[in-house]
Amino acid sequence: MDYWIVGLLMDSHLTINPFIHQSIHPSIHYPKQMMLNFKTTEDTVNREVVILGVGMTRGGEHWGKSLRQLFVEAALAAIDDAGVDRIGSMYIGCMSSGLFNGQEHIASLMADYLGQKHVPATRVESACASGGAALRMGFMEVLSGLNEVVLVGGVEKMTDVSTDGATYALSTAADQTYESFYGVTFPGLYAMIARAHMHRYGTTRKQLAEVAVKNHLHGSMNPFAQYRQKITVDEVIHSTAVADPLNILDCSPITDGASAVILCSREIAKKFANGNPSLREKPLVKITGSGQATDTIALHSRQDITELRAVAEAAQQAYKMAGKKPGDIHLAEVHDCFTIAEICVLEALGVAEKGQGGKAAESGYTALGGRMPVNTSGGLKAKGHPVGATGVAQAVEIVHQLRGEAGDRQVKNARVGLTQNMGGTGGSCVVHIMEAL
Amino acid sequence: MITPAEYVREIPAHHRLEAGRCKKCRKIYYPARQVCPECQAREFEPLSLPREGKIVTFTVIRVAPSQFSDQAPYAMGIVEVQPGVRLLTQVVDCDLDKIEIGMPVSLEFRKIQEDGEKGVLAYGVKAVPR
Ligand SMILES: [Zn+2]
Repeated sequence: MDYWIVGLLMDSHLTINPFIHQSIHPSIHYPKQMMLNFKTTEDTVNREVVILGVGMTRGGEHWGKSLRQLFVEAALAAIDDAGVDRIGSMYIGCMSSGLFNGQEHIASLMADYLGQKHVPATRVESACASGGAALRMGFMEVLSGLNEVVLVGGVEKMTDVSTDGATYALSTAADQTYESFYGVTFPGLYAMIARAHMHRYGTTRKQLAEVAVKNHLHGSMNPFAQYRQKITVDEVIHSTAVADPLNILDCSPITDGASAVILCSREIAKKFANGNPSLREKPLVKITGSGQATDTIALHSRQDITELRAVAEAAQQAYKMAGKKPGDIHLAEVHDCFTIAEICVLEALGVAEKGQGGKAAESGYTALGGRMPVNTSGGLKAKGHPVGATGVAQAVEIVHQLRGEAGDRQVKNARVGLTQNMGGTGGSCVVHIMEAL
Repeated sequence: MITPAEYVREIPAHHRLEAGRCKKCRKIYYPARQVCPECQAREFEPLSLPREGKIVTFTVIRVAPSQFSDQAPYAMGIVEVQPGVRLLTQVVDCDLDKIEIGMPVSLEFRKIQEDGEKGVLAYGVKAVPR
């Protein structure tokens, strides 16, 4: 049975869920291009969301490229990878183009420069979790049936301002009035988490360093990583002190970069993939779980300084939706903005027991070849951390892995991947689970 | 730097450590809030926090924001003044190597930062080990 769905208002790309608006009489005269055909009611009920195409720029200092050029480069790569001929809408994760570039209203800017006349485009901001939050918005839009092909991108251009300017922009993700006001920085806040974790659980300085060493090793195999050199535990421990006990090599860098994915329903994905020689032989990657949560913005307001409750909460939602448990996950991209962050995140995800996250990198459990490789892309540490783009870049890596196109860093038999992206000191978090079909 | 208007609005909290106690579940919030996350009540009574506490965790900031760079390196800590009631501030007047978790501190009224030559001088409390 066919339903003709009538587009609302003036926008030819906007369609609506047939279950809500079946009462609209189909004989009302609308221009033909304002209509979109849904085949059966089952399609809508059981709609599955696939990541059909991915693209990203290399992380780094892109002096020669503007904010819009970076975004368009990544978006075109994703569009070409997917082989789609149209986009129904766009979501763009970006934390602070206002402070980094003096430019707001970037959803419109990016749609314009991507040549997508009049598509709905929305910027999504949740500090460093902006990209993950944008991905969830796109996921929900395809799931709802509102649009069948959605582009989700993320972009941040952080090196046009001084290091002090960048530090200030990033600090606005903390409580300005009750944290930043007193002189704390983000490395300082995570350093306090690290100190509390070491004090309570006996986590060592060496265990923190092992996270950076592992992620640089992974990054050395990723042509899109900002830093491709391997580092040693000794180098991390003796690098410049930033906020005790964290040194410069415990911290993710300041990065320019963009990333993008094309989301669509499985039905549409099959059609495009069949007509695309480079995708035909590869598994489709489906988003099977999505979760999002918040926590107090101020670190000191939390009962347990070492516990990332938003991460645990978002993960539980995603596990439940996907019908998975931590042991079912083959690989993960997690938010290692600082070495201690990866340790606390693994505990909150249920990959490591509470207090035992420091052993994961040290024992090789989370390295390539280990039981559950984490941050095969190099993570934020080596791949780079263009804040608003990071959550989307994590999905790019998981798709490459699940399609078996990750080259030297390929995880064998990877079928189930997880992304975890968080804002501030964990005041917001988005988790997705993706599976190869 | 927060805006001068925001600074002035928050003077009761920054200068006098004014907090709010939920009238229903008695939980204390610093700064005061409009809704209690524990019980959803919207009625609070004001109180001032004690000016003594102990260090929950701390760091030494070595790479500081520009308006604090002349003070670097400096220590910052989360101070618990009553069970579950905490604030973040600098830890001063002590050897940076001697700060420990659990160390008792007093909260003293100090200058926090200045916004350039013509900007606001901002005050608040800093922790001094006892
Ligand atoms: Zn209450």
